[in-house]
Amino acid sequence: MHRNSHQKLMDVAEESALVLRAKSGDFEAFDRLVRDCERRAWTVAWRLLGDKEEVENVVQTSFLKAMEALDTFRGESRFCTWVGKIVTRTGLDMLRSRKRKEGLSLDELSVDSDDAPLAHPELLVDWREDPSRSIERQELQSILDRAIATLPDTLRSTFVLRDVDGLSTEETAVELGITAGNVKVRLLRARLRLREELTQAFGGEAIAHEHGIGAGLGGLAAATEGRR
Amino acid sequence: MKDCEELLSGISDYVDGTASKELCAELQRHMEGCHNCRVVVDSIRKTIRLYEGDKEVDLPEGFQARLHGTLRDAWERKHRKTA
Repeated sequence: MHRNSHQKLMDVAEESALVLRAKSGDFEAFDRLVRDCERRAWTVAWRLLGDKEEVENVVQTSFLKAMEALDTFRGESRFCTWVGKIVTRTGLDMLRSRKRKEGLSLDELSVDSDDAPLAHPELLVDWREDPSRSIERQELQSILDRAIATLPDTLRSTFVLRDVDGLSTEETAVELGITAGNVKVRLLRARLRLREELTQAFGGEAIAHEHGIGAGLGGLAAATEGRR
Repeated sequence: MKDCEELLSGISDYVDGTASKELCAELQRHMEGCHNCRVVVDSIRKTIRLYEGDKEVDLPEGFQARLHGTLRDAWERKHRKTA
């Protein structure tokens, strides 16, 4: 919602005019602003939580919070960026509350300690081609959904804030309550694990061959066996 | 020259364009002769791009109607109160 806002937003002048109208009580203006951001809001919350009911709750709550706080929006950032921060925080709150119910903390490192050795890449084959061109959109979405669901919450939240939402390392550290160094370590782990998952889907026939010969990065694959 | 294992921790900074000049040069030199590292860097870039460009996630049936209905109700309540 920040750095990676590929979606074309309305122009700044139109947005400023709508914000003014919304602040003076015009619901249609507010509604139009929401429509500009809602798909992106859903995507970030979906990647974070992966549960439709929770995501709908988070997105709805976020826009209600934005409505309540509208008078405090001073237009120093784009409306969608401002809402994006609310979505991120509300989504993380939902994730934390889910963890609390499970008796765990989002910051708990036992599942994937930041100090543990990096799991080395094992599948070292080129992807067939650009999956976004060669695979039907819904199938691609479902592959991306399944891959990200395999990450522990600590890694998924870091990856989503940095690479889906587009926050900086420092912003991500603040939102997650960890150091910038931890963000970097978790991001690398998350990217490597996702890469591994997606290579299974996009590596084609070469995968079987790769497994067959047991090659790894610098011959390290065997040494990392059973590490994860 | 550093080996694959030593360079692995710098890969994220490299693909983000935030690695130091020295690390960039070292990684580039290394990758010229290392197919495995080229594959890892290339597939990490593609992984990031797939999720970055992931803006067209389908919204569930009825979600927008529910969202905008809820917002309209809340807006009317809020503005009735303050009127």
